[in-house]
Amino acid sequence: MKALAFAMRSFGRELRSGEVVVLLSAVILAVAALTAVGFLTDRIGKAVERQANEVLAADLRLRSQDPIPNSWRKLAADYELRTADMVLFPTVVFAGDESALTTLLAVTENYPLRGTVRISDALFSEQREVDRIPAAGEVWVDSALLARVGADVGDTLSVGEAELRVAAVVTYRPDQSIGFASLAPTLLMNTADLDATGLIGVGSRVRYALLIAGQAESVSAFNDAIQDQLPDSLRLRSAEESSERAYAAADRAKRFLSLTAVISLLLSAVAISMSARRFAHRRMDTVALMKSLGATQGFVVSVAIAQLIALGFIGVAAGSVVGFAAEEVLSWILADIIRGDLPDPGPAPIMLASGSAMVLLVGFALPSLIQLRNTPPLRVLRHDVMPPAPSRILVGGLSLAAVAVLLYTSVGDPAMLVIVLGGIIVIAAALYLVGRGLVATMGRFRSGVGVAWRYGLANVARRGRASAVQVVAFGLGLTVLLLLTLVRTDLLDGWRQTLDQDAPNHFLINIQRSETESVTDIFESRGVMPPDYAPLVRARMTLINGESVKDREYPAEDAQWFVNREQNLSWAEALSSSNELLDGEWWPPDYDGPPLVSIEEEVALETGLGIGDTLQFEIAGQQLEAKIASVRRINWDSFMPNFFLVLSPGALDEYPATFIASMRVEDEQKAALVDLVREHPTISVIDLDSILQQVRGIIEKASMAVQAVFFFTLAAGIAVLFAAVQSTIDERRFESAMLRALGARKRIVFSGVMAEFAALGAAAGILASAGASILAAVLATQLFDLPYTFNPLLWVAGVAAGLLVVCASGYFAARSAINSAPVDVLRGAPG
Amino acid sequence: MSNDSGDSAVLAAHSISKKVSSPEGSLTILSDVSFSIAAGESVAVVGPSGAGKSTLLALLAGLDLPTAGYVVLNGVNLGELDEDGRARARAEGVGFVFQSFHLVPSLNALENVMLPLELAGRDDARDASRAIIERVGLKERWSHYPAQLSGGEKQRVAIARAFATEPAVLFADEPTGNLDTRTGETIMELMFELNRKSSTTLVLVTHDNSLAGRCDRMLSLDAGKLVADTQVAA
Repeated sequence: MKALAFAMRSFGRELRSGEVVVLLSAVILAVAALTAVGFLTDRIGKAVERQANEVLAADLRLRSQDPIPNSWRKLAADYELRTADMVLFPTVVFAGDESALTTLLAVTENYPLRGTVRISDALFSEQREVDRIPAAGEVWVDSALLARVGADVGDTLSVGEAELRVAAVVTYRPDQSIGFASLAPTLLMNTADLDATGLIGVGSRVRYALLIAGQAESVSAFNDAIQDQLPDSLRLRSAEESSERAYAAADRAKRFLSLTAVISLLLSAVAISMSARRFAHRRMDTVALMKSLGATQGFVVSVAIAQLIALGFIGVAAGSVVGFAAEEVLSWILADIIRGDLPDPGPAPIMLASGSAMVLLVGFALPSLIQLRNTPPLRVLRHDVMPPAPSRILVGGLSLAAVAVLLYTSVGDPAMLVIVLGGIIVIAAALYLVGRGLVATMGRFRSGVGVAWRYGLANVARRGRASAVQVVAFGLGLTVLLLLTLVRTDLLDGWRQTLDQDAPNHFLINIQRSETESVTDIFESRGVMPPDYAPLVRARMTLINGESVKDREYPAEDAQWFVNREQNLSWAEALSSSNELLDGEWWPPDYDGPPLVSIEEEVALETGLGIGDTLQFEIAGQQLEAKIASVRRINWDSFMPNFFLVLSPGALDEYPATFIASMRVEDEQKAALVDLVREHPTISVIDLDSILQQVRGIIEKASMAVQAVFFFTLAAGIAVLFAAVQSTIDERRFESAMLRALGARKRIVFSGVMAEFAALGAAAGILASAGASILAAVLATQLFDLPYTFNPLLWVAGVAAGLLVVCASGYFAARSAINSAPVDVLRGAPG
Repeated sequence: MSNDSGDSAVLAAHSISKKVSSPEGSLTILSDVSFSIAAGESVAVVGPSGAGKSTLLALLAGLDLPTAGYVVLNGVNLGELDEDGRARARAEGVGFVFQSFHLVPSLNALENVMLPLELAGRDDARDASRAIIERVGLKERWSHYPAQLSGGEKQRVAIARAFATEPAVLFADEPTGNLDTRTGETIMELMFELNRKSSTTLVLVTHDNSLAGRCDRMLSLDAGKLVADTQVAA
């Protein structure tokens, strides 16, 4: 109690005197940065997910062959969810004598619940977003449909018994990639006109869908609630199942955000650790005095812990305020992205950040403070007496444990944790060793340089361990800053490149074998690079290793969905360029043995299938057995036709196949597509440009988030560098006073100090450049699946930044030291 | 040589030695020093630089332990106590005045004086400190921080802090070493005066022979050995 009362009293005094300001600032900055990062991760992550959900035009989709009973709409309303109805069926429309098969899509007012429809006023022309559906009496149709019936916007189409005016061309629907099965071009109309068409009756192949969307918690509550009462006639689809591509992008965006969070966390940790060391060091004299005046070790420790807790609370409170303000500002800046009904993150990011800061304080500041109890009271008489250095196991163990716990709870990605933590440890160790090496060799150069440099280099060499620690601190700070710059530019660019350059922007579907030659001719004659064709055979999986797929147990729930769905099988001689073989062997080009199959990585994982397992399929009433020969990873970003299951050549020869293809068609070449659909009305062209735009939008948002967080991380990084310089300032003040007392001119002393900082800065810069390059390469290849390209500019930037930042902080920190009167400094031990 | 270790002794050194290891091998700083100091006595420890004066002071106050021999302070053998025990012994009966003042920079003058009282758990720390800070002539400047005080004022605060707990023994290590001659004299006046009034035992380490001459007794050290123990004129 006595210690607590004393701690609080003296802490109040220390707060007033500004002694704790550096450490307190580090804590405030940590809380603010982590709050902002947590907030952004939450917001952007959800926004990105939301965008991925657009592929369903909803959060959930219920499908049925019969009209969906009203009870489901009521149930959705009970959960405060919005709904929209959709009716779709294939039919033939007429424009004069011309006719074409179309997929008719009748929708109600709210469609789409997620994303927006885009239309244009003429074929392949400028598109715009609309937030309504076609008015009664009007339809919006696919360009392909207009091409097939030779009609244009403004003409009238006969849809069953109704005459409906074409008001616009539909260029994009959020859910257009769903159901590649509906091969015919779409006609979008208002459900109000449905009865007038007279098309719905006995025997018509009508499917009904109920779109559902709302707050994430309500959606998942609704989802959970209906799982058990879903009749066989109703099928539920969630967004995850609907777009591997969009999710691949969303997942990567989340990893970028996590990485930023990790870096902010590490920088905060380093800043807290460094300022805590200084804080402890500055208290050493006071502790020695207190002990000489009769304070016990227990008292000293209690006081230190009580003050640390008090400091933590104040830091957390102030940091939360800053963090909350940052949240508000960021919300405002990102209002465009974070629109809609995302649930409010509430106090969660602040709580998490505050908890993290407390853990960092305990992990990084406590060891130094506990060590204070061992300060010899003799220090009051002999200023050079120091407490023994804190146990490395205690310091290293506590701080590593703190970082690992925080990384795991806040990032939850073990792979990233291991890579980043391992990288940081390796770099720190390497920096330290090279730092020691540098220090050892410095001495040799000092005979050949002027007095200022001799003094500076001698200083680096004399401080030995301390110099090495400074190189580590500067180096680590620079490493993460460089890494962050890399993440922002190189990694992001690498990611963009996987999409931009020659990414296919059109899918051709339902091409018959006999049509492939003619299709190739059409494109070649118009100067467009013709596509490669991938065969597609529809099948159902029946047995796995002789056991029914329905009876088998699977490691993951999603497996059930996969094995029961209609499979798109393909075959190939060679491994696609967008695939990577992970396990097993690809069949030789001239393979003609029993059927083999190659399976996609995630599917293999979820179903627990591996090399040597046998799959049996039912294709058009016939059975086909194939043995798994390899496991592949698919780069979904490639926008090439890709299949979960690819068979060996010849395996599917006896079965009816259609072909699909993806290709790049530039805007000025689009006339070729019009010709294609006129000559081959059964081929469907799907415009991927809009989907690509969707994915690009996700990337842009992610990079914007990274940039916003960058400011906080940058502030934390500069705090680290400043803390590193500050930690030596007392010593420097004394030394420069001594030199000046010996008659050195200010300028010489100053040049000496700057020479020292320059040496440290350059060393740290070189090491940080190396570290950041290696870490970035590992991150790119192991975590983001991106090719890494070496960037020489990084080294220039690294060394320049090292010199500049270290010298600049050194300049400001040392200026006051050099300007103080020698006599004051030499006299003045504390007080 | 008066070397009585009678019952009135408040502080006694029994054959204490201090050796430290150095790159050149073991170095003897103090060798077999014995004496005893009676309550209320004022004793100057004199000798050239490196004679071992400050080391002796550290051992007497229990800030450090001798490698041989033992120190008895207020009837307690410091060698038998652990670090916390020695700290308690200091809290109960020792005050310090240092050459470089050793004021806590984050505390103002009054708070610095309060520090040992608070450490001893005294509830009247503030009032007692106000009284003594008045006695050292800093009534108007109690709220100033060390950085705002002159060297002499700082030492006044240090003296006030040392006497605040009414210690049995006051150790002073070159208390005028950082002050100019005039200020030094004033400070010593103050110290001797307080010492007389509170009948504290004073152990003063100094270079200054005139200062040493004002003490009851002078212990002369040279090269770690006690070479003279002189009673000064009454």
